[in-house]
Amino acid sequence: MAKIIFKNLAHSYLPNPKTSGDYALQKINLELEDGAAYSLLGPSGCGKTTLLNIISGLLMPSEGKIYFDDKDVTFEDTVERNIAQVFQFPVVYDTMSVRKNLAFPLRNRGENPDYIKRRVEVIAKSIGMEDILDIKASGLSADAKQKISLGRGMVREDVNAILLDEPLTVIDPHVKWQLRTQLKALHEKFSHTMIFVTHDQTEALTFADKVVVMNDGVVVQVGTPQELFEKPAHTFVGYFIGSPGMNIFEVDIVKDIVTLGDIKIKLKSSYKNLTGKIELGIRPEYISLSEDSGDMQIEITRTEDIGYHKIIRAKHKDMKIDIVVKEDVKITKEMKYISFDRNHIFIYQDGWLIGEKEVKGE
Amino acid sequence: MNKTVNQKAWFLVLPVFLLVAFSAVIPLMTVVNYSVQDTFGNNIFSWVGLDWFDEIIHSDRMHESLGRQALFTTIILFIEVPLGIFVALNMPKKGFWASVCLVVISLPLLIPWNVVGTIWQIFGRKDIGLLGHVLVSLGIDYNYAQDMMSAWVTIIVMDVWHWTSLIVLLCYAGLQSIPDAYYQAAKIDQASRWSVFRYIELPKMSGVLLIAILLRFMDSFMIYSEPFVLTGGGPGNSTTFLSIDLVNMALGQFDLGPASAYSLMYFLVVLLVSWVFFTVMTNIDKKGAI
Repeated sequence: MAKIIFKNLAHSYLPNPKTSGDYALQKINLELEDGAAYSLLGPSGCGKTTLLNIISGLLMPSEGKIYFDDKDVTFEDTVERNIAQVFQFPVVYDTMSVRKNLAFPLRNRGENPDYIKRRVEVIAKSIGMEDILDIKASGLSADAKQKISLGRGMVREDVNAILLDEPLTVIDPHVKWQLRTQLKALHEKFSHTMIFVTHDQTEALTFADKVVVMNDGVVVQVGTPQELFEKPAHTFVGYFIGSPGMNIFEVDIVKDIVTLGDIKIKLKSSYKNLTGKIELGIRPEYISLSEDSGDMQIEITRTEDIGYHKIIRAKHKDMKIDIVVKEDVKITKEMKYISFDRNHIFIYQDGWLIGEKEVKGE
Repeated sequence: MNKTVNQKAWFLVLPVFLLVAFSAVIPLMTVVNYSVQDTFGNNIFSWVGLDWFDEIIHSDRMHESLGRQALFTTIILFIEVPLGIFVALNMPKKGFWASVCLVVISLPLLIPWNVVGTIWQIFGRKDIGLLGHVLVSLGIDYNYAQDMMSAWVTIIVMDVWHWTSLIVLLCYAGLQSIPDAYYQAAKIDQASRWSVFRYIELPKMSGVLLIAILLRFMDSFMIYSEPFVLTGGGPGNSTTFLSIDLVNMALGQFDLGPASAYSLMYFLVVLLVSWVFFTVMTNIDKKGAI
């Protein structure tokens, strides 16, 4: 087991990448803690799988280095890295029994047969397959096959990390929960570093201690689910995480006054020398509705009651605003004003959150 | 549920029945008819029962042809199948060179049988043929028209050249259908090259490979044009395979009765061996986990 470190890591599938668009993975500097559960979250085609394949050694990065602890493994192959990986679609060796499938990685490493037998039984138990160890793997359902793949990933005790590439895609929704819980339990039991790739935020947020959010080949934020929700470092994180996502408006800012269309709002702190595209972001949870006064006048277009809270779709002229209120708040037609919680307003420059450093309180 | 009974519907089956009758049943029955009769010409036939079958079953001539045939088929299967798999495994999977390889590999399959025979007949001649001339100038005693060994080697090399492509193409198609994830998983599981072949490639290829072997068995067992053009069954009878022998008997000697019995026996042997092949191989496929 080891800490995984990326130094200036980048990858392009083209031989001579020129613009940043030629890169599947933009320059990354990141450290993944030993023994933690990570999620790589992002939309399809954002470079998650590329990054995963670079970690496992299926792909050599075109630039930069990757270290396991202090050891440079950039050009080592999968055998030397000793990594386990589970793929999106189940891979089982058709001609082998479930037992042989689970034992395969151990046998390839020339482990002692007694140890293999014991270890396979432990794993079979944890994936709930101890009763069908001796049947042929090819006839099983997709769920069961994927469990075997997971088991094969888990069977080596000394792996440096277990990589999971959207492993629950082919699994039925009700089994998904169960498997995810099992994965989490396996992580707690064996405490391997786990990296779970997914484009499903619920999956990512429930599985991981820390989530790495990626978009267009860039790591936009690394943080706990709480941090991603409370303080998105990029507008992408804002609208990708949360349901509905963050409200993001293009604005002008002079000192501490924000101009949003015909509305002016005074912020807590003031900003200087802003260039590029400036946006204001606020989560729907931090907007409150009122009948008589507020920052902005709105018109409610739709109310969606989803049980534990209500989502209000509203508009101000042609600007759309989402608001989330608690289940017990009564929505009336007279609610024509909204207020923004000043503590949860974030200002983004060209998509990126303007950090504390740039904020100059006056 | 009520079934509608309409006997007139049988008439709808009639066209197909007639077609099959003319294309298969009647010709086959003609052969059966000849096989139990004798004739001295003038379209006069006399009943001889199973005498011809008895004669053919006990004839050294058929035994020898059958032996040569079995040897030939076994040799070419043992060369073509592993070679075909080997070539398929080493062909580029995609890109420009994959297409080039496919076209080059397919070329021999596009050449008519007797043309293949002619090509090798000239290729192997020691006076003007590239192969024959080179071998002879290297001091090798090569002459397919007189030396049995040379004739066999030439016919086998010719068949391998002509038909390995078929196995390559079928295996290649089987290999192409294996998702990348399998190879990646095998790498992650630290499988050796042999294990990848044994546990991923071979099982995924087994379906098409079975078809390939069956096709090659049947075709090679009935081979006619190529050896006929190349050696005409010689030197002596050394390359007289079953079909050459049969044609000699039926059209050369005009022994219709024995030839019919011969061809029926021949047909049954092909059918039986194909059935055994198929059963054995599908059972291997289905057999429990290893």
